[in-house]
Amino acid sequence: MTRPGLEVTCREFVELVTDYFEGRLPDDVRVRFEDHVELCPGCATYLEQMRTTVRLTSRVDERERRPEVAALLETFRNFQRSG
Amino acid sequence: MGETESELVARLRAGDEAAFLALVDLYGALMLRIARSHVPSAAVAEEVVQEAWLGVLAGIGRFEGRSSLKTWILRICANRAKTRGERERRTVPMSSLAPEDDDAPAVDPDRFQGPDGRYPGGWAAFPQAWQALPEERLLARETLGCVQDAIRGLPSRQQDVIVLRDMEGWSAEEVCEALEISEANQRVLLHRARSRVRGALERYFEAAAVPA
Repeated sequence: MTRPGLEVTCREFVELVTDYFEGRLPDDVRVRFEDHVELCPGCATYLEQMRTTVRLTSRVDERERRPEVAALLETFRNFQRSG
Repeated sequence: MGETESELVARLRAGDEAAFLALVDLYGALMLRIARSHVPSAAVAEEVVQEAWLGVLAGIGRFEGRSSLKTWILRICANRAKTRGERERRTVPMSSLAPEDDDAPAVDPDRFQGPDGRYPGGWAAFPQAWQALPEERLLARETLGCVQDAIRGLPSRQQDVIVLRDMEGWSAEEVCEALEISEANQRVLLHRARSRVRGALERYFEAAAVPA
């Protein structure tokens, strides 16, 4: 919750997370961001969830399969023949 | 263009099969992944990749090396995938009729206290930590499937950015170049995409939570 002394509300905080990860927050905003997360358990949890989201996305590879190389080769040969 | 790259281009122009296979090896999986994020099935994604390679073969004679070969090939693939995805959506109703909502908030505004709350703009109720979940639960196939579904439901520009940045590990600069967007725009799209995937995971974990 936004407590006295915190200049960034939680609602504002969640919009700054990506810029924070990307190192694109201006220094003064970054300081307020870090102060906020220090004092706000809800936003600390949120920040951690965003980190986890990025990590899980990087692990999505189950559907990555070798493309059908044989079919592609046939495409290539047909193209060469017609060209 | 690096020497290897211009060599590959020259060999491809000459119809060298080994050069073609080398490129398939380098970029095939990534092309399939990009295609898959736009179309409803793996089979259609493979067709898109085939079409994209035909586009590459047809266009390689005009490739001037203004962008890297990789960027050029992936752009062809992304364009074909988008066109095909739009066509598929017209015929098959898909969940990913997502509006281009680049201005949408990261979190539903109802989750925060209104102006009359004790802390206006503060959480009405804190989000539930996921750290308590065991690692194997987090990385379970079903959880990753939820991430994949969420990404597939994103507007296409957000999909492109999150696939390249977070699945492929590209830098912001590479993504801007490949998609021809500004750095600021890239960050907005990435933010929307990640925020939406987080929201999907939150709903997924809440729905799956077993009461203690």
